Amino acid sequence: MTDILTRLLSGTALLFLVLLLAILYDGVDRVVHARMQRRLGPPILQPFYDVMKLFVKENIVPRRAVAWVFNGAPLLAVTAVLMVFLYVPMGSLPPILGTGGDLILIVYLFALSAVAMVAGGFASGSPYANIGAQREMVLMMSYEVPLAIVVTTLAYFAYRSGIPGEPFNLATFVAMPVWGVAGWMGVLGLAALFVSLMAVVPAEVGKVPMDIAEAKTEILEGLICEYSGRNLAMFKLTFALRNSAMCAVVVSLFLPWNIGSSLGLTGAWLLVADFLFFWLKVLLLQVFGVTLIRTAFGRFKIWQASQFYWVQVGGLALAGMILLSLDLLA
Amino acid sequence: MSAGSHKTYRIPIGPVHVGLKEPVTTWLDVDGERIVKATVRPGSIHRGIEWMARERNPIQVIYLAERICGICSFTHIVAFLRAVEDAAKIEVPIRAQYIRSLVLELERVHSHILWAGVACYTFGYDSAFNLGMLLREKVMDVLEALTGNRVNYGVGTVGGVRRDLTPRAAKAVREMIQFYRREFQTFLDVVTEDPIARARMRNVGVLSQEDAVKYCALGPTARGSGLRVDLRHSSPYEAYGDLGVTPLVPQDYTGEVFGDVYDRFFVRVMEVVQSLELLEKIVDGIPEGPIAWEPKLPKVLAALKAADGIGWGIIEGPRGDDTHVVKLTRGEENVTWWKVRAPTYANAVSWPLMFQNQEIADAPLIINSIDPCISCMERILVSDARAGRSEILTRANLVERCREKTRRLMGA
Repeated sequence: MTDILTRLLSGTALLFLVLLLAILYDGVDRVVHARMQRRLGPPILQPFYDVMKLFVKENIVPRRAVAWVFNGAPLLAVTAVLMVFLYVPMGSLPPILGTGGDLILIVYLFALSAVAMVAGGFASGSPYANIGAQREMVLMMSYEVPLAIVVTTLAYFAYRSGIPGEPFNLATFVAMPVWGVAGWMGVLGLAALFVSLMAVVPAEVGKVPMDIAEAKTEILEGLICEYSGRNLAMFKLTFALRNSAMCAVVVSLFLPWNIGSSLGLTGAWLLVADFLFFWLKVLLLQVFGVTLIRTAFGRFKIWQASQFYWVQVGGLALAGMILLSLDLLA
Repeated sequence: MSAGSHKTYRIPIGPVHVGLKEPVTTWLDVDGERIVKATVRPGSIHRGIEWMARERNPIQVIYLAERICGICSFTHIVAFLRAVEDAAKIEVPIRAQYIRSLVLELERVHSHILWAGVACYTFGYDSAFNLGMLLREKVMDVLEALTGNRVNYGVGTVGGVRRDLTPRAAKAVREMIQFYRREFQTFLDVVTEDPIARARMRNVGVLSQEDAVKYCALGPTARGSGLRVDLRHSSPYEAYGDLGVTPLVPQDYTGEVFGDVYDRFFVRVMEVVQSLELLEKIVDGIPEGPIAWEPKLPKVLAALKAADGIGWGIIEGPRGDDTHVVKLTRGEENVTWWKVRAPTYANAVSWPLMFQNQEIADAPLIINSIDPCISCMERILVSDARAGRSEILTRANLVERCREKTRRLMGA
């Protein structure tokens, strides 16, 4: 009983903190993006102001929308992504629901929030939202391939190379970085998997060059075209959270090193230092993996994005898979 | 609907749309992402400028003409002034002709950079858009130094120009040329070398050479399809006879013509480079002399009042041929009638062709690719607020109305 209560309390506190950090990182993203374009950019707290404003604004449901799906979709989307953080170990802090779920669950939680957005788009009764929803579905089908390859290859590698712990559990990869276990061929393979996973991130978070479902100059924000007020605020949170969650998962898989113990810290200080270091890594990954990419490129068309994920990224992930398998054989 | 079993959706792009600068509606019948049919419906921004002109004298109309367009404002007044000068047989001093060419080329530079930025924005390349806007500031500053204004320069007058090119302004122009030679290459590289920009523009919105001829495409739209048409070359006006302009077509640089958005983009950015050369020639070669045929406005007005006849002014604007026709009647102070044909009027006809077999994602880019100037184009719209209807008059309607009026006049 006390265990459940502790988890409930710590989970609520953690999710609240994560929410704040994700919004703050969204602000950092916007400022860095602006600075790279030689603009001043908004205040770093602008996303907070946006979300707070949206929460008090009128919530309009279009006449042709299916109201319960339309209103339920944002809630489901934001809840699903928030749940991801309950399964991600942050620094030395073990995941709140650690043993209850694994990588496969995380992948499905991401998919669930995307499906919720698609449902909301279809329920909007607007042709633009309809196109946006179709595009999101096609995009999902495209990036799930490299994503699945990366996740299964890593689990197989962890299982075969004898890393202690459940092969699909994130805590396993955090406890023992995969880079140390692999030979030179394995390191190459891991690098390939890392790059292909990073290529999936922009599509997962709906940022240029993969903001195809929300392309504002083409289909007027597509999916979220009809959303306003509280619902839109929740979608904004969903996008910010997906960005941080995806980067957090990548950090746990590929960059799990901690700083606390090498500084000689113990107890609560160790937890705090590692927690902060973890979020610093997430921030860096967000800046280099999402912000930089979205500054440097334009938007793909949907079939080009599909091709990119099936051929280029999928090929790279497969190459990584083969290299890792060869490494295990050697 | 191409295949009977497929259901097509109708999606409006416009009249107000993020990817468009001005209101125009395009109804797209789409099957999934593919455009099956496109119907362009202009008519949202007609202002009746020509009608307003009939209550004003030519000097007053200059201000109206300048406000036809916010980007090619000087193009419109030069075309109008040339029409008036043609009707009244007024000689423009050489120095004034050079200054007009100078402002026209500066305007071309700023229009093309603006367009290139907006095109990048249309396919989500915000960084290139911002870079373009940043670069454009320089030419805006020079225009301000030269004329005192950033958008509507107010430098043209019947028989010449109102402001001389001072040595300081000439220095600013030279500095600007150097600045763009340094900086503009970055923009060109950023966009033409970028794989995504190439993927978004190549083979999109194709207008073949034959179709460009058949549908009377003009300016960069025609040159993007490989046609060597440029009024600065074929019928030089103002100082262009001395400058030697050759039409800029993509096949001279890349060896082949696709007639797609990429080629139109390429033509426009290369024309900025060409304009820089022209500007240099203008600033170096500008002769001394008066800047107006007659600086005293009452005298000009008197001469215009005495003039009788129809005058034409056709010049190469940043978007294509801009045609103004003016009728002056002896003894009448006001313009009898005035007709404007902006280049978009001719270019918009090829939109439905460009939409064939494209995707929704391309639609705003295709619309923008001819650099449309909707408010310049829209000339006739009949609306009846009480009946709640509005219609655009077609040629057949107009002919019928003309005949009706003639009949009425004959009968009276």
